Amino acid sequence: MMWNQMTLLFNDYTFQIVALGTGFLGFLSGVIGTYATLKKESLLGDALSHSALPGIGIGFLIIQSKELVGLLIGATISGLVATAIIQLMSKKSSVKFDSALSLVLSSFFGLGLVIMTHIQGRPNAQQAGLDSFIFGQASAMLVRDVRLIAIIGMIILLIVIVFWKEFKLFSFDPDFGRTLGFSGKFIEFIMSTVIVLTIILGLESVGVILVSALLIGPSVAARQWSNKLGIVLPLAGAIGFISGILGTIISSVGNRIPTGPSIVVVLSIFVIGSLFFSPERGIIAKRSTYKKQRKYFRKQIELLEEEHEK
Amino acid sequence: MSIIAEITLIAVVVSVACSLPGVFLVLRGTTMVSDAITHTVLLGIVLAFFITQDLNSPFLIIGATFMGVFTVWVIEALQRTKLLGDDAAIGIVFPLFFSVAIILITRYTGDIHLDQDTVLMGELAFAPFRRLTFFGVDIGARAFITMVIILLINAGFIALFYKELKVTTFDAAFAAAVGFSPILIYYGLMTLVSLTAVGAYDSVGSILVVGFMVGPGLTAYLLTNELKKMIGVTVLIAVINSIVGVRLAFILDSSIAGMIAVITGIVCFLAFTFSPTKGLIRNLLNRRKRQKKFDEKVKNVY
Repeated sequence: MMWNQMTLLFNDYTFQIVALGTGFLGFLSGVIGTYATLKKESLLGDALSHSALPGIGIGFLIIQSKELVGLLIGATISGLVATAIIQLMSKKSSVKFDSALSLVLSSFFGLGLVIMTHIQGRPNAQQAGLDSFIFGQASAMLVRDVRLIAIIGMIILLIVIVFWKEFKLFSFDPDFGRTLGFSGKFIEFIMSTVIVLTIILGLESVGVILVSALLIGPSVAARQWSNKLGIVLPLAGAIGFISGILGTIISSVGNRIPTGPSIVVVLSIFVIGSLFFSPERGIIAKRSTYKKQRKYFRKQIELLEEEHEK
Repeated sequence: MSIIAEITLIAVVVSVACSLPGVFLVLRGTTMVSDAITHTVLLGIVLAFFITQDLNSPFLIIGATFMGVFTVWVIEALQRTKLLGDDAAIGIVFPLFFSVAIILITRYTGDIHLDQDTVLMGELAFAPFRRLTFFGVDIGARAFITMVIILLINAGFIALFYKELKVTTFDAAFAAAVGFSPILIYYGLMTLVSLTAVGAYDSVGSILVVGFMVGPGLTAYLLTNELKKMIGVTVLIAVINSIVGVRLAFILDSSIAGMIAVITGIVCFLAFTFSPTKGLIRNLLNRRKRQKKFDEKVKNVY
């Protein structure tokens, strides 16, 4: 019965499209998210995804249609502007990075709401058709959406391969990179663009609030299993990919389970599992080594005491 | 009272109530934790709703507030493991709680008045229509009464624990040495943040609350150098932002909370650029002056 249902599902065309799209997105955000997490800028993704809203609104105003490419360009531009403001505020004054993040996040999102409600001609945010933006609409993904994700994804992956050394250098030690003569601004710009593009692609499927989870989760999970970037990166991609597909399966099989949140829950299980059970860094492994060490230490003390008594 | 005046009044009360804990969030650099809280209280609201079956129940507010505090605890526990970055811990916890909340809402509450948009976006324009009645007598808009109470609680907490808040914010180690508990005060502050987020969600929505909390405080931080003055300026900015925001929203026929958030952002950015002590322009001028001085010194040496 269960098996039949599954084969039926896997032969379903819509499911294939959606699963392919979310899986690929998961892979991509896993890879790119690793850099964001390494740079300790993982929450930047959260701010960026919210900041995309005004760009989408303005894009819609200009091209007067819901053509995906136009909206994506608008979203990318406003995401980049938001990044620039956050960096400016946190680097050129005593404003803390996270304060700048929260401020830009909410003002850009507010601006997006203003534009969207203005377009609709009514002051009611609830009807402004923001659902798909806030929560994503993976189940409505079309072949051309998946194609777009695939093309941009390939370009992004190519950039990662070409700039492998530079990205690695600048995520771990940007100052050292600058002393070696690499152009810091150029590399940082490319990295920001790649991160922004990934987030914008993710908006379509999981929505604003959850896209940052897709960016952070896989890399945190993968990080627990290895210390090498060359392993963490593909592993994060794989975890993102599997979460995307498993999440889609659960939301298709289950009754009224939205895809985005379902992906995030699956991903979180990977993260929690990795945090607890990874063989070296894991919480359980650490506990047991701690206990072993304590036992060993006690024994040593006992031995010393015995010797002393003699 | 006209509708616009009543909306303005509610907006002012919400803004001021949110801005008060924001002062300390900005100073401590824990604003993103508050962003997480504003999202996870949704799970609290949903769970409490399953138990109380009443969106107006005070237990709902208490339950949701507790969820916000629980979020802080989980984030701290994750950060203590040192297995992931501090900000990554925040970014792992709140999407999970939020996702669970969304799944619960879509699965079980299809036909009641608790949809995702209400919680996320809120709408000030509707606030005056949701009345609170006491023994059959209309005593005012529900959002207004709730937020006045929360505002009083926030102000009371800050007044009562002003010294403790100050010393734990600026020098936690010293505070602990003198016998104050930084952890206790921190959790007290975060309880206020959760309570405020829960109270404000139906008028401004959980995404914009963080701007209402951080914006005025950050603006005041850029303009002042003393805690008492900073609190005063914060309240003033919050009042101005909300009045201007409501007016503009009516003129442009757009989302009110959104407009207030935009004004908050613009005002803060202006303060960042032009602040006479900590502003961008001031910093650039200072740097140029230092460079000139240095150049002259070098010249004198040769």
